[in-house]
Amino acid sequence: MPFINFSKDEIQCKIVYYGAGFCGKTTNLQYIFSQTREDIKGKMVSIDTKGDRTLFFDFLSLSLGKIRGFDIRVQLYTVPGQVHYDATRKLVLKGVDGVVFVADSLKVQRKKNIESLINLAKNLAEKGVSIRSIPLVIQYNKRDLDGTDSEILPMDILEKDLNSMLKVPSFSASALKGNGVFETLREISKLVVKDVSRKIMLLDKQAK
Amino acid sequence: MNIVITEKDMKQINYCLSRMVSSSMAHSVLLIDRSGQLIAHHGNTPGIDILSLSALTAANFGATAEIARMLGEEEFTLLFHKGKSENVYFSAVGEHVILVTLFDDKTSLGLIRLQINKIIDELSIILSSIFEKGRSKSGDSFRSS
Repeated sequence: MPFINFSKDEIQCKIVYYGAGFCGKTTNLQYIFSQTREDIKGKMVSIDTKGDRTLFFDFLSLSLGKIRGFDIRVQLYTVPGQVHYDATRKLVLKGVDGVVFVADSLKVQRKKNIESLINLAKNLAEKGVSIRSIPLVIQYNKRDLDGTDSEILPMDILEKDLNSMLKVPSFSASALKGNGVFETLREISKLVVKDVSRKIMLLDKQAK
Repeated sequence: MNIVITEKDMKQINYCLSRMVSSSMAHSVLLIDRSGQLIAHHGNTPGIDILSLSALTAANFGATAEIARMLGEEEFTLLFHKGKSENVYFSAVGEHVILVTLFDDKTSLGLIRLQINKIIDELSIILSSIFEKGRSKSGDSFRSS
């Protein structure tokens, strides 16, 4: 649900980072926060447990500059990944405009990625939103583990598991080192802004 | 559903909020939607990150609404947090919006509640028309709580 404020010429959008526990959603936000200029970011808020797990959400507000005279402000949220936090995931998804699905490349997490994607589709559907119509980007995280002792899945298997039906833009990334983090953010922001512009044009037509 | 706020809407909202601040002696009021987006604010909030406050407030309200449902209540329509000198009062305005009032010991909870009750119906009417515009199909009602 984008907020279009004509009195301030500002559009506010909500982007949620979704995915299984420990896949790197918070690390994505932390990297974005550490690499962004002070004047375009707000404070990063984290509600987490002592064991590094997100309890409720992380939140970061960013200004993306102007499009057609409108200031674009995105609010980035993460959800808690653990299965039993489904109620809080649903709360964070309220009013979402775009989703980044962060998949864990570790082989042992294969099943959890698929379960989390199904959970996302289910929770969106409960809000009357189809996973096929909402702006969505998939990020295959932890690619920096390639060549180490930790066994990771090849990209084509991850694509087949998670993106064979959706066919949305996907990126390989290492949230810890920063590779692919801004590429993912740029793509989801582009898709969300495009979607909002389409909605504005539709509103204009209805008004006429 | 898009929420489109025109300059005229914003003027009406700001007028309500400024009256609320002056009549209740609260130091600031915020109007936020339940997904955590800030719609408007009025008053002094030096040093407070309003955007983060909006996100946390919406989450807090949402979590409390879930607790209410678990207890068989439809919703808790107001929340109050008391600190040593700063207090926060949250009230639902219809089903999409929350009014957050920040106040200190210069005023009283009773006066705050009284003024909120006066202002909430007016805000509901303004917001109702904004949300109706953003909805392709009408259906949801927008009543004060």
